Amino acid sequence: MAIKRNEQKTLTPGSMKCPRFIRRSGYTDNIFSNLTLFFAIVMVVILVALVIILTRDAMPAINKFGFSFITNTMWNPVTDVFGALPAIYGTLITSLIGLLIAVPISFGAAIFLVELAPNWLKGPASFIIEMLAAIPSVIIGLWGLYVLVPVVRHPIEKWLGSHLGGLPFFQGPPFGVGFLAAGLVLAIMTIPIITAVSRDSMKAVPNEQREAMYALGATRWEVINKAVLPYCRTGMVGGVILGLGRALGETMAVTMVIGNSNKLTASLFSPGTTIASTIASQFGEASTGVQTGSLIELALILFGVTLIVNVIARTLVWRMTSLKAAKK
Amino acid sequence: MNNLNERGHARRKWINRIMLVLSGTAAAIAILILALILGYAMIKGISYLNLTLLTQASKPVGETGGGMRNEIFGTLILVALGSIIALPIGLLAGVYLAEYANPKLAATIRFTADILAGVPSIVVGVFVYAIMVIPMHSYSAVSGGVALAIIMVPVVARTAEESLRLVPDSMREAALALGITRWRAVVGVVIPGAMTGIITGIMLAVARIAGETAPLLFTALGSSFGLQGLLKPIGSLSLLIYHYALSPYKSQQQQAWAGAFLLIVLVLGINIIVRWVSNRKQF
Repeated sequence: MAIKRNEQKTLTPGSMKCPRFIRRSGYTDNIFSNLTLFFAIVMVVILVALVIILTRDAMPAINKFGFSFITNTMWNPVTDVFGALPAIYGTLITSLIGLLIAVPISFGAAIFLVELAPNWLKGPASFIIEMLAAIPSVIIGLWGLYVLVPVVRHPIEKWLGSHLGGLPFFQGPPFGVGFLAAGLVLAIMTIPIITAVSRDSMKAVPNEQREAMYALGATRWEVINKAVLPYCRTGMVGGVILGLGRALGETMAVTMVIGNSNKLTASLFSPGTTIASTIASQFGEASTGVQTGSLIELALILFGVTLIVNVIARTLVWRMTSLKAAKK
Repeated sequence: MNNLNERGHARRKWINRIMLVLSGTAAAIAILILALILGYAMIKGISYLNLTLLTQASKPVGETGGGMRNEIFGTLILVALGSIIALPIGLLAGVYLAEYANPKLAATIRFTADILAGVPSIVVGVFVYAIMVIPMHSYSAVSGGVALAIIMVPVVARTAEESLRLVPDSMREAALALGITRWRAVVGVVIPGAMTGIITGIMLAVARIAGETAPLLFTALGSSFGLQGLLKPIGSLSLLIYHYALSPYKSQQQQAWAGAFLLIVLVLGINIIVRWVSNRKQF
């Protein structure tokens, strides 16, 4: 396609051999194509400006704390000393809980949608799961705060505490708001993404693959497990990493259920904080340049981490879908 | 030996059954979660919804009455501002990627768009705070619009590009064969041919920014007075839900649910209509 269009370019006005009236219309053509190029480059400029401005404004914190910013557990506006470790820990632990719950559900749902569901059910079921992704995160936060948190406090954390209380994760008083509730909310928010990407990857598996396995006398699950999943593993892992990218940066829903306390503790019942929720809850009232700088440095860290995660995910998903294109 | 095979066969069948049931259960859980959230928010929201909420401005806690008229209006203004800024950029960038791009630059720009789409929205909020709120010394509706636009641009650009690519090359060739210039062919023939897809993409992006909260926290800030000029803070439904959800007052919590109902109707309504229309076109 691209080559064909380049050939067209040599035919269109602009080359000196064209008659003059066409050559003149070539100017309007140039103006338009340069205009589109300009707006395309605007996107690049936004991204570059984002990195430069955030780095510039984080300088007060970078200069003052250096590397200790990410190892320090203090977050003290009174003494003007800030460290990001509790927020980084909270971001990682809540995303991990979210993925641990979301991945099996999403993979199961994707298998159902592609391999098992009768045709009349495939469309509507996919649609409903996609709608879950469209619900604004502030509404999931509201629901999480008033519906999920009480459930987490009473049956869930109480049960975990009395049955698995030997583990350090399940000790301490059940608060309701905390890492566990945030992890559950993140699971809800990543299920639709991971399901959609896994579903698309599984759809890209050629049918011959399944038929060959059935011909060997395999059961349905064996076909899925041994012929389909190995083939689309790359794409599904890409989906999980894409979900991770979303979970790391999710702000509103997490801020509303995590309790926003700058603690570093193994207990999942305890209130905590994440990078995004620290920014959301403190940026408005940051009083000193160092505090603002620290929050902006947090934003910069969050940007960097999600950037890496998203690049890995895109590469994996792209590899899977380009495989499909090559087969066609 | 035969006996062993029989046993192995029975075992395989059992594993098969268990795994298939588990997979079905997983799908049921995913659908159930949506039903739980939507059902609860809709029922609770509609029970607190009344005409006063829709037509009046908010009042201080303790006074009876008071509504979210200004916040509803604010959401519409912020979405309009975001769209006005984002649409020309996103559309023309999409046209560039689909029609004009040289392959190397296109790959870079496409990659940039994907990265930009993946930037957490709170980071976008902080960025716009740094480039607009600080120099202007005030939170403002227009900075909220810019934050929403930055989220919207890559989405519009990529969906526009994909829809334009679906227009067959024969249409471009036919248009050029008539002797019109290339840009007239793009504007007059290719873009109208891709219109359904482009509008679908735009509407889905609109639905997404209508529900965004994080990028507005330090840009539009929130205000109960409605539009007082583009350079003054403005409220939105999403900000109202956030602030009132954390409020200790029952009346404000109820308003948060009512606001959630309105926002769900707006966001999911757009999604459902768009999908319904674009599906009907396909068949």
